[in-house]
Amino acid sequence: MAVCIAVIAKENYPLYIRSVPSQNELKFHYTVHTSLDVVEEKVSAVGKSIGDQRELYLGLLYPTEDYKVYGYVTNSKVKFVIVVDSSNTSLRDNEIRSMFRKLHNSFTDVMCNPFYNPGDPIQSKAFNGIVSGMMVQTG
Amino acid sequence: MADESLFEFLHMEIVSHIFNEQQSSKGEMDNKDRAACISLLEAMGFRVGQGLIERLTRDTPSFKDELDIMKFICKDFWTKVFRRQVDNLRTNHQGTYVLQDNKFALLTQFSSGKQYLDQAPKYLAFSCGVVRGALSNLGLESVVTAEVSIMPSCKFQVVIQKL
Repeated sequence: MAVCIAVIAKENYPLYIRSVPSQNELKFHYTVHTSLDVVEEKVSAVGKSIGDQRELYLGLLYPTEDYKVYGYVTNSKVKFVIVVDSSNTSLRDNEIRSMFRKLHNSFTDVMCNPFYNPGDPIQSKAFNGIVSGMMVQTG
Repeated sequence: MADESLFEFLHMEIVSHIFNEQQSSKGEMDNKDRAACISLLEAMGFRVGQGLIERLTRDTPSFKDELDIMKFICKDFWTKVFRRQVDNLRTNHQGTYVLQDNKFALLTQFSSGKQYLDQAPKYLAFSCGVVRGALSNLGLESVVTAEVSIMPSCKFQVVIQKL
């Protein structure tokens, strides 16, 4: 279960950020912002190494004492960032990957919506529903 | 397969609707109006291309370089959208690519002679937009133009804008 989910556009501004409301939201915004650097590093590093197949899933970006941050980048350079609670160690890699898959599918649907202009903040109810399903249930 | 004709008819109607709209407001069409219609068609194609590429590249691994992206456009993308692959891809390795399709799906309904050669650009504008939208969403700003010398074969010229 994620604590914060963010979708960041190609130009590195957020299209969608949602975090568990009971906690300090600013902290999560800051974390997501700093994680962008790590994403850039991974994306440019992989290109120079094997030059083989490049995966979209970036894996664990960096762990801190309270939580872990995972990243995923699409072919259109849109980044998804998921922040999970460190105490929740039962989350396996596969589960994170499946969360990113669902996010990507939902994002694709938003993109294909003719009433959505690329670059606008995402306001789709369906997308909100998917994200709510993945966030920690509070109280 | 009925699905192909659906889009072909829709596309023909889009083109004729846009041109009729422009014509009804004034008596005649001059070059500026024609250019406006073509830009409108191209802009429609652009948005469609952006959405399409998001869906089509969902599961493919990242692209290594520009040439890789162009090859993807010529093979997978062209197959999904126009049901065939591009016959010939030429490049000068400096950002200009020419894609040649000898039996372009949206031109097959025209007669093969010279009769409607001047009408062809109207029907290629949307496709140029689709290619431009696809490239833009993959991170390459470009200018896409199309030309026809013999129906139904056409050449798309893509010039990548280096920032």
